[in-house]
Amino acid sequence: MKDTLRQSMAWLHTWVGLVAGWLLFFVFVTGTAGYFQQEITRWMQPERVVTVAPAEVDRTILAERAVARLIAVAPIAASWQITFPYRQPGNRDWQNFSIRWEEMPSGAHDYGASASERLDPASGAVLPLDPEPRETAGGSGLYRMHYALHYMPYDWAIRIVGVATMLMLLAIVSGVITHKKIFKDFFTFRPGKGQRSWLDAHNVVSVMALPFFLMITYSGLVFFLFAYMPVGKDVIYGTDPETSGAYYDELYEGGEHKHAPISRPVAPLASMIAQAGKAWGMDQIAWITVERMEGEVPTVELTHVPVGLGRTDAATMRFNAETGRRLPDEPSPSGVPGATQSVLFNLHEGLYADIWGRWVYFASGLLGCAMIGTGLVLWTVKRRRFHLNEDRGHQEHFGLRLVESLNVATIAGLPLAVAGFFWASRLLPVGMMDRAAWEYNSLFALWLGTLFYALGRPLRRAWIELLWAGCAAFACVPLLNALTTGRGLPASLRDGDWVFAGFDLTMLGLAGGLAFTARKVQRRLRPAAPAPAPQPVLREAQA
Amino acid sequence: MSRGKAVPAGYRWAVASRVAGAFIGGYALTSAATVLLALVWPLPKAQAVLSASMASFALYAGFVIWAFHVRRLRWIWGVVLGGTALLSAAAWMLDAGGAA
Repeated sequence: MKDTLRQSMAWLHTWVGLVAGWLLFFVFVTGTAGYFQQEITRWMQPERVVTVAPAEVDRTILAERAVARLIAVAPIAASWQITFPYRQPGNRDWQNFSIRWEEMPSGAHDYGASASERLDPASGAVLPLDPEPRETAGGSGLYRMHYALHYMPYDWAIRIVGVATMLMLLAIVSGVITHKKIFKDFFTFRPGKGQRSWLDAHNVVSVMALPFFLMITYSGLVFFLFAYMPVGKDVIYGTDPETSGAYYDELYEGGEHKHAPISRPVAPLASMIAQAGKAWGMDQIAWITVERMEGEVPTVELTHVPVGLGRTDAATMRFNAETGRRLPDEPSPSGVPGATQSVLFNLHEGLYADIWGRWVYFASGLLGCAMIGTGLVLWTVKRRRFHLNEDRGHQEHFGLRLVESLNVATIAGLPLAVAGFFWASRLLPVGMMDRAAWEYNSLFALWLGTLFYALGRPLRRAWIELLWAGCAAFACVPLLNALTTGRGLPASLRDGDWVFAGFDLTMLGLAGGLAFTARKVQRRLRPAAPAPAPQPVLREAQA
Repeated sequence: MSRGKAVPAGYRWAVASRVAGAFIGGYALTSAATVLLALVWPLPKAQAVLSASMASFALYAGFVIWAFHVRRLRWIWGVVLGGTALLSAAAWMLDAGGAA
């Protein structure tokens, strides 16, 4: 299209980035928060009972207690599952000691109803549910928006995000091609040089986390594989929901299987648990499943605590429930492609990562925000020069002004809106109707407000004021927390409550980051040279 | 619209045609390629469908990149129309052969 590959790729990069940039910024901000979604939810429900490490009880005894309860409550079932107390990887919450069962399906249904109960490890008694904490959108609400957006049908949202993701993939590839001296430029930073500095900043953050961006983009597409590229499955397996399920049956169950009713395993669980405990370590046994497929022997399957990248197909040990004999491992019917897919999912979600790994993810996500933000600003900086060269310097160009306002509202406004989301979680009445919905509404109302603000204020003022407002809003979150709960920063630091302390400190860190950005922008956008004429006008506009 | 003179209408149409060819045409071409790939990939059927579908985004990206680089618009539309027809025909013959 243009003369050289680099020129045409630069063109593609510019326009693809502009079209998708604002939505991608939102996706990156909310998705990055998702790496701490459980911690955020806990912060948003300060009265929720903190799960402490449960009392250590031998897994053999726990299994006996669980089976006794299952026999009482579901003597004949399609499947039983016993979950031992274990800590989810990455310093996440404790999994409670619990049982779950699925009843035999009735009539034409494929699955029976399933139910679960929490048990007391010490006595085996059924535990009452914890008191219901306040309703909240929580960290999962924030996280869910990065693919399901809000206020719109799910099927639309994932497709809109999918288009933006595809454009991001193109922006990455064309950006790399544009940048032939990618590694040399990585060490180039020319601060205080206007457009050059924006370009260098954009290059540095983009190259720094390039593998992360590629991985997160491609795996994001694979998450909604058949929403985005349905044709292969549709042509080969048909679109009829009755028959197209065969694809999943072949891939995940190795053909069609029906549950036959099970009851208490004849063989003792104790020896199976001992075998798995010897191979993995006792506390590494996560759960036990008892089930039977039609025409086969009933089985007991022990599953390892999910670890590592292959966690969706965690290691298991299978036994014949009648004889207690160990059964050979079944190869996964999804093969290498299935393993590839689950590795992509795990890389995207980072569930395998420990606490430090999650911080690396969080930092990479913030670099993504920085990449998109600097890219969007770079577009306007270049464009403004283009218009100046055309000697249209004094004439506000509508398109340019629109992009600049949207940039301000997105890059400076969205952080403010997210801080507002946390404010809402503390300030909305605890017993309010549709409380979670109003947390979302607070975020979006505030965000819309920043757009009006950006449209109404002189550009430079809008940038600086909104960035400082975001900084103040984040800085006040720990204060608000200390005033409205007993778990403020001094208390949480003293108690070693790292979920609360970590959250509050992160808020202060974000406030610091926004202050840094505001200072940078303030200096950068300072009216160049002696410009005495527009100054009084600016001041009037402020007053 | 006062910039109509600075950027001739012909250029705008050429860009629009290229964008349509790259993104819409490219999606059609990628779809056809995905089906064919799923049919010829030497793996169990479901695994082949999964592999081909996962690879499709790379194919799509590759095509769009090419379409924005190639000089002549005619080439893009030629490859889109000819390629989609050819790949679909091949897939149709393979699928019919497999089903029989």
